[in-house]
Order: sequence, then C-alpha cells, then structure tokens
Amino acid sequence: MSRNLFLGTFLSSLVVLAALISFVWTPYDYSALSIPEKLQPPNVEHWFGTDHFGRDMFSMIMVGARTSIAVALVAVGIGMALGVPLGLTAAARKGSWLDEVIMRGNDLVFAFPSLVIAILITAVFGAGAINAIIAIGIFNIPVFARITRGAALSLWEREFILAARVSGKGAARISVEHILPNVANLLIVQGTIQFSLGILAEAGLSYVGLGAQPPTPSWGRMLADAQTMVSFAPHLALIPGVAIIVTVLGLNLLGDGLRDWLDPRIRVARA
Amino acid sequence: MLRYALKRLISLLISLAVASVVIFAVIEVAPGDPASFMLGVNAQEDTLAALRAELGLNGSKVHRYLNWVGGMLVGDFGTSYTYRTPVSQMIADRLWVSLPLALYALTLSTLIAFPAGIYAAARRGKPGDLAVMGATQLGIAVPNFWFAMMLVLIFAINLRWFNAGGFVGWGNGVWAGLHSLTLPAIALALPQAAILARVMRSALLDILGEDFMRTARAKGLSRRQALWRHGVRNALIPVLTIIGLQFSFLLAGSIIIEQVFYLPGLGRLVFQAISARDLIVVESVVMLLVFAVITVNFLVDLAYAAVDPRLRSRT
Repeated sequence: MSRNLFLGTFLSSLVVLAALISFVWTPYDYSALSIPEKLQPPNVEHWFGTDHFGRDMFSMIMVGARTSIAVALVAVGIGMALGVPLGLTAAARKGSWLDEVIMRGNDLVFAFPSLVIAILITAVFGAGAINAIIAIGIFNIPVFARITRGAALSLWEREFILAARVSGKGAARISVEHILPNVANLLIVQGTIQFSLGILAEAGLSYVGLGAQPPTPSWGRMLADAQTMVSFAPHLALIPGVAIIVTVLGLNLLGDGLRDWLDPRIRVARA
Repeated sequence: MLRYALKRLISLLISLAVASVVIFAVIEVAPGDPASFMLGVNAQEDTLAALRAELGLNGSKVHRYLNWVGGMLVGDFGTSYTYRTPVSQMIADRLWVSLPLALYALTLSTLIAFPAGIYAAARRGKPGDLAVMGATQLGIAVPNFWFAMMLVLIFAINLRWFNAGGFVGWGNGVWAGLHSLTLPAIALALPQAAILARVMRSALLDILGEDFMRTARAKGLSRRQALWRHGVRNALIPVLTIIGLQFSFLLAGSIIIEQVFYLPGLGRLVFQAISARDLIVVESVVMLLVFAVITVNFLVDLAYAAVDPRLRSRT
C-alpha cells in the first residue's frame, strides 16, 4: 500500500465516519442555540468552539460532512449514470452521427462552468441542495462520457473484443460485458476525483447561498457566516476550511493512490 | 491551416447558437412575470400591459429569442428590469473589474506555476520535487474563497497592507486599482497555479524522456541548456491548453471571490440580479460567460494547431 493510498484512505474514512456517526450521535444538538455560550474558542466542552448562536461547531462540522458527502456523491452518481452509457455508445458507434452528437453535446456542457449552471438553475428554480446536486451532476456527465469513450475506443481495437464480435455478440452486449469491466478501474479513479471536486463545488455554492439552505448545516455556509466575524472569532472560519481541505486532500490522495494501485505500470513510470 | 480554422469556426458558431437557445429556454421556464414583479402587486392591468410591450415581453417565443440574439449581436443586451438601465452598460462597467481580475490571476498563476513545475521536473524524485508536489496537492484542496478569507485575516486585518474589500476604481490610477485587486487575484490564482504546476511538471517529464533530449545532451548541451532550449519549449504545448481552460475557471471563479471582497464585478451583478429576479441580466451575463469560454477554447485550439501541424488533420 503506497503512502498516498494509506493517507488518502485514512483521511477520507475519517470524514465518512464523522458523517455516519452524526446520524446517531453528535456531542450536542447541532441546531440547539445557546446564546450565553456564543463565540467560544475551542475548549474542553466544545472541542471546536461555538458559533455566534452558541451552537457547537464540532456537531455542525459532523453534520456538515453529511451534507457535503451526500451532494457530491449523488452528483458523481448522476455523472456516471448518464455519462458512462453515453461514452460507451459513442465508442461503439465511433465516427457515426450519434458519436458526433454526443461529443459535441459534451463540448457544449463543458462550456458552462458548473457555477454558471448553478446560477442559471438557481435563478429559475431557487436555491437548494437538490439544485446544487443537479448543477454539479450535469457538469460531471461530460467528464465521465469523455473518459469512458476514450478508454473504450482503444479497447475496441483489441483482439478479445474481436473474438467477442466473431462469436456473434452485438455492440451493446460487448459494451456491457467486456468494455465496461475493463474501464471500471478508470471510472473508480475518476469518480474519486470528481467526488473531491464536488465537495469543493458544494462548498463554493453554499458559500454564495446557492447550496443547502438553513437549518441544514453545510461547511460552505458556515464559512459565509464566519466572514464578518473572522477578525474576532477566527476559529469559525478556520475549522470549516480545514474540514474541506482534509476531505478534498484525502479524496485526491485516495484517487492518486488507487490509480497507482490499480495500474502497476504507472507506478514504475511515475516514481 | 485555413481549412482547419474554418471548420473550427463553424463549430464555434453552432456551439454559440445552441448555448443561446439553451439559456433562453431555461430562463423562459422561470415562473413569474417581470412586469408584475417590477410594478408590484397593486399594478393596474393597463400599466402592466404597457410595460410588457415596452420590455418586449409580448410576441412569440421565437420572436423574442431572435430579438434577444439579434440585439446582442449589435451590443444591445436589453434593459434591466430593476434598474431600467441598458444591460450592456451594466455589464461593461462590471467587466472592468472582473476581466482585469481574471487576467491578473492568470498572470500570477503562470508566474508561480512555471518555475515551480520546471524546478520539480528538473529535480524529479528529489526533496525539492516532493516539496513542490506536496504543496500543489495542498493547493488543489484549498477552496479559493476560504484562502481569500485567510488572506484578508492576515494581510488586511492584522498587517493592514491591503483593504479587506471593495474596489477603489481605475480612476485613482492603475496602481491603486491593481493594489485593491491583489488579494483577490492571489486567492484566485493559488489553486490554478497548483494545477498548472503539476501539468507543467508532467509535460516536461514526458519531454525529458524523448530521444531528442538525449541527442541534445549528446551534442554537448549541458543538462540546463537542454532543459530550457528543447524541454520547456516543447512542454509548453499541453500547458497552453490548460491555461486556456483555466481562463474560464478564473472568470467563473471570480464570481465567488468577488463575494468575499465585495468587488463590484460580474459576480455581484449576477447575485443582485438573481435576488431581484432581474432575469434579463442573469441571461445576458451567463451568455457572456459561455461566449468567453467557447471563444477562448476556440483560440486555444487554433494556437495549438499553429504550433503542432499534426493536429490539423484531426478534428
């Protein structure tokens, strides 16, 4: 196990664990206001201190992890569920009008940065976690379509695919039975990276008020709340920021580690 | 080359046309009538009708779409529902903040990333390389708006070198303007610089493994001479693409950074427009951003083809 994979797994599981535990236990009720205890720096009772309403920051961070992970995970799911079939189809029908339409469609979506998609969706349907998921998810579709198509194209040239064709399997069946298992590794690695990008995007969107709405805690909105208080309560800004960095760093290291682990050839080349 | 450019130009125009239809269609779905929003709930039916006519809200969807696109082609983006001023004027004012900010950040990101990437590649596997790679790994994980808040905390609140926010305007001189954009530009540039440095490093490492690099060394060039004359120049090709892609991220990213620093750029314009349901402003700014992204990518493709003739035959 490489250092990247170890550290990545450790950091990622820390965050996932915090999110899972928050379903059954948090040190305090994350939404309980307690004005007398407001703006405490980290201490023995409140490990991460309290915010301007006296809410326990540690509990909010735990529940916020839930929001971040849920949004990013579903967004990756959307990207994979739509992008992978599109990529497989485009590769199976390489050079056809269908391939052309799919790839040009991808280019088009790429021209809308996810933030711009989010702004459009919010302008029309209002802010919220669901709309943030859709905005990030839409942007994930071309990523997965492209990577699937690229990998599938080279697989189609291989002998074992030719063998499958000779044995009478159709393009759809070959795509599912032979191409998909062979691009799965690549998709897992890319999924990890998109997951980390999704965490960042969710934080950005909820920071500007386009993500999860109160009272659902989210790291991005905690940062937005902290902004006016950063001069006298810097822990309010530091802690959610570090939570985001730990999560994203963990996922990126996990992605790098998985890539090397799943493909030993790269391990040699990258050393 | 001309044929290739023409082909790309046609696909650029198609992309722009499709993008404009998509944006128009999404905005069309939005509930609510701008005219009744502007005049409030007590408005008379005939005033509403008059205002709708004035805003060009009557007529078929196709008619209004063509009006919108036709207007944009001659620089007329319509009239803001809330401010009653031409949208083109509002955008132009804000662009004087957002565009210099994006360019400033792009310059910084390039200035940081190139030396870092080249240094890391030249010292592959050594402590210097590992330090740069570790720093970039961290740089990618840091949300730029959080980094911006930390910069404000350190350099504006504690050290008082910069203002915590706001823009002095270009009227006070270029230096004053740049000074007030410095913290936002650093915040925007950091994650992009981290990505760019990694691209620079891996592009250079690919080149360093090529046969012609060995030839360069064999003909008597020192390691350093070979690196700069043959390595860096060839590595620039993939790096150029990433810089082009980053420009769009910087423009979009500036929307969030402007919120941190209270800069009167496109980002603030869009958020004010969203809360005021001033959809024509949202529509036009989004179209402008998409136009910028598509056009920059087109230019990068052309530059790419100009540098590398092999790419012209492929599309």
